[in-house]
Amino acid sequence: MATSRLKDHWREQRLFASRALIAAFTIIALTGIVVVRLVDLQVINHEHFSQLSHGNRVRLEPLPPTRGLVYDREGRVLARNRPAYQLELVPEQVPDLENTLLELVYLGLVDSEELEEIRRKINAQRRFDAVTLRYDLDAEEAARFSVRRQTLPGVDIRARLARDYPEGDVAVHALGYVGSISEDDLKRLDGPNYMGTSQAGKLGIERSYEDLLHGTTGHRQLLVNAQGRMLEELQRTDASPGSDIYLTLDLDVQRAAEAALGDYRGAIVAIDPRNGHVIALASTPTYDPNLFSRGISRAAYKDLQTDLDKPLFNRALRGSYPPGSTIKPLMGLAGLHYNATQPWRSTFCRGWFSLPGSSHRFRDWKKVGHGPVSLISATAQSCDIYFYELAVELGIDRMHEFLLGFGLGSPTDVDIPGEKSGLLPSREWKRQAFNRRQDQVWFPGETVIAGIGQGYMLTTPMQLAQSMAILANRGHGFRPTLLAAIADRETGEPRAVPPVPLEPVEVAAPEFWDITLQSMVEVVHGRRGTARAIGKDAPYIIAGKTGTAQVFTVAQDAEYDEEEVEERLRHHALFVAIAPAEDPRIALAVIVENGGSGSGTAAPVARTVMDAWLEKKTE
Amino acid sequence: MIASEGIRLDDPRPLSVATRVLKGLHLDGVLLAGLIAVSVIGLFVLYSAGGQDPQLLTRQIIRIGVAFLAMILVAQVPPKLLRLWAPWMYLLGLGLLVLVLVGGDIGKGARRWLDLGVIRFQPSEIMKLAVPLMTAWYLHERPLPPRLRELAVLAALILAPTVLIARQPDLGTSLLIASSGVFVVLLAGLQLRYLISLAVIGVAGAPLLWHFMHDYQRQRVLTFLNPETDPLGSGYHIIQSKIAIGSGGVFGKGWLNGTQAQLEFLPERSTDFIFAVLGEEFGLLGLISLLIAYLWVIARALVMAVEAQDTFSRLLAGSLALTFFVYVFVNTGMVTGLLPVVGVPLPLVSYGGTSMVTLMVGFGMLMSVHSHKKLLAT
Repeated sequence: MATSRLKDHWREQRLFASRALIAAFTIIALTGIVVVRLVDLQVINHEHFSQLSHGNRVRLEPLPPTRGLVYDREGRVLARNRPAYQLELVPEQVPDLENTLLELVYLGLVDSEELEEIRRKINAQRRFDAVTLRYDLDAEEAARFSVRRQTLPGVDIRARLARDYPEGDVAVHALGYVGSISEDDLKRLDGPNYMGTSQAGKLGIERSYEDLLHGTTGHRQLLVNAQGRMLEELQRTDASPGSDIYLTLDLDVQRAAEAALGDYRGAIVAIDPRNGHVIALASTPTYDPNLFSRGISRAAYKDLQTDLDKPLFNRALRGSYPPGSTIKPLMGLAGLHYNATQPWRSTFCRGWFSLPGSSHRFRDWKKVGHGPVSLISATAQSCDIYFYELAVELGIDRMHEFLLGFGLGSPTDVDIPGEKSGLLPSREWKRQAFNRRQDQVWFPGETVIAGIGQGYMLTTPMQLAQSMAILANRGHGFRPTLLAAIADRETGEPRAVPPVPLEPVEVAAPEFWDITLQSMVEVVHGRRGTARAIGKDAPYIIAGKTGTAQVFTVAQDAEYDEEEVEERLRHHALFVAIAPAEDPRIALAVIVENGGSGSGTAAPVARTVMDAWLEKKTE
Repeated sequence: MIASEGIRLDDPRPLSVATRVLKGLHLDGVLLAGLIAVSVIGLFVLYSAGGQDPQLLTRQIIRIGVAFLAMILVAQVPPKLLRLWAPWMYLLGLGLLVLVLVGGDIGKGARRWLDLGVIRFQPSEIMKLAVPLMTAWYLHERPLPPRLRELAVLAALILAPTVLIARQPDLGTSLLIASSGVFVVLLAGLQLRYLISLAVIGVAGAPLLWHFMHDYQRQRVLTFLNPETDPLGSGYHIIQSKIAIGSGGVFGKGWLNGTQAQLEFLPERSTDFIFAVLGEEFGLLGLISLLIAYLWVIARALVMAVEAQDTFSRLLAGSLALTFFVYVFVNTGMVTGLLPVVGVPLPLVSYGGTSMVTLMVGFGMLMSVHSHKKLLAT
């Protein structure tokens, strides 16, 4: 047979018939198993399931808690809740999903660009769970829907509490906003507690204190009739609302800060050095958080994202800028601490500096030089040459070590998310950061420019303000925080959150603190101080330092002419300050992008913010 | 049997009008009766499960109508043509599957749909028919039972679409399609020794495969095998459907009176879990009636397969009959909690379109095979 494999039709048919017979028996056996199972369910365990089905008339419904309110330090409301109507759809109850969606688009209740997203949401959920189409219908839209409700089965309006920010865009970069819960959010949130909650904190305070603000979801057991309508409430566990919180922000100072920045892109962070409280945290331009809590449209979101001025970008926490000359006071302190300079030591500034054996000239911003300068006058006049020399004396690794203590080069751990860590260069850092061998070498010239806060060094406004707060409190810093107090659950009384002290910075002699602060006072109140314009009529003593960060590099011998440079290529203007110098109550950092010069643009802004805080506090 | 067929054709007795119409349309009355019975039972249950929505019912009736029309059309195609088309259909299906993987639409997290501008469809539907057609085509000219080398070719023919569909990922459909091909091989008379060695390889290979799997893949297998660990996902479905069926008892709660279905505790009650609605409202008697209707269809299909005249027709018909049973068994097994939850609809009863047309086209092929017989065997 193996040699002549011809088709034997009669034999094959018999073979098939026998296989079909086996199949038939298998089918009967398997059907038998199903029937046995049915008998098991419907006859033997009928009583059990009958009781269960009875119990199934009781439905569990989540009761979402009321979100806690957010106040400023004086109890003025920054975030609250107001009743809103949201449009929901239960996929299972909709006979023709596509037509229903198109009808909603036609009624102007759903944006046609959102359709894809809505379909995706519907597919991702169980068919009997409601999908929110719109978070906030206005009265006119709600009326438009109500008229057509009969023709749209499965779609309904539900009342809920919506987040509302009465101050609009004020402090948005500190406060953040709530938005609809995404799949990513669900990974970090406690799922069962969010049954019935449709929005959660996405950014800022709303996100970092989500746990406090959200509260605990309650539930009620409902007896329902054959139509699923509620007959009776059997049991109820009320939701416990989220806690109200008081921020350290002062609405007046915050407003003053944002107004002072005006149309500039920039950031301000002001900290109370006595406890680490953030008094103001501004980043401009701003945006309206209400857009997000109401469910932002794709188009509006895209506009925000593509805006050249990047309103969504939190410059205060994420903007990384070279500190420029604002680093000089701390450089001076480092020099004193490591005995690399003495308060009385004088240097002659002739307008340029060269490393031994090199012809490259590191220039001073003042071409003709400052003449003889000491530590204090060099700081006051912002002489670059003095700090070039000091940097070479110190070496990059000691600079790195010292500045680390003032919170530069690592996140300050402020209690809102998204902070950048800046960059504090060192030999070790350069070895790790570059791939090519020749790039990993640290050059002496890089130390020189680090002395005036240029080169690789990057800081955030938050870090600069924190470094000033640590300096103001003579090394005793606190973790910067925006949370001042939490309202007591029973009485509603605010309970203060104690400040968190940081490991103190020690310097070789305590009077070095005074010398450094004195050098900064000279900047504002000295005869030749770079920021003397803001010191003239100040009712209190200010310790400050101007700074300018290059956006692009000027060639070796070219002159930087502000008039000629395009607006977006102009230098960033910086100013750091501590006031009142003898008993500091505010430490702040101001950066004005493309502001030109620190003294001309940033210092007046800082003065406005300090006035807003200190004049109110002189009780 | 062949002889009796000849006699029947020569039977001088006058045929009734109905019989003549059926004969003229190449339809099989017995099979048709079974299919209609299942569909009618299905419509009654669907009306209740769908919340007595006349629109829903109308749409389903239109779908059934389209599906029956497709069956009648396919029944007119002689089996010889089906055989000629088989490889092309298979290649087309394979090509479309590759297209889907490259640029298909995503629905419920998987790439299954192909948008051709006018219509959107799942190429895996083509494969449900193309795989039995292709494997039967391959074995048609060859002496049976198949030898090892032929088995290797068959394995490749079955595995290619199975793997492509599993990658979409649509594990349920890929297994159904694989089984439709395997049925052809089994019916072709696969020898016992191959069957046993296959089983041994399977049992031995499983732990090895497990060893090479990623953690998340293992997790997926575990949830697939034991859905009750996930009480909010598929476990919820099973718990609710067992309650619905069990509370129905022997006689049921009566049409439109099933509390679990009407109160919407039972999810997917119009589609994958419609068997539970029948069980709740019509009880054990209703469920057994439906199972009998299904067995009627399957039995008749098997008889038609046995009576077919050539290898291709026989294998195709037999595979279609058995695959139909697999649908019924997997769905009822899933709804009663015997099998893991896989999205397989109850054939001809569940609400939904594409798969019903595929199913009825398959029955059209069965009828074509049965009605286009020559008088004599070759």
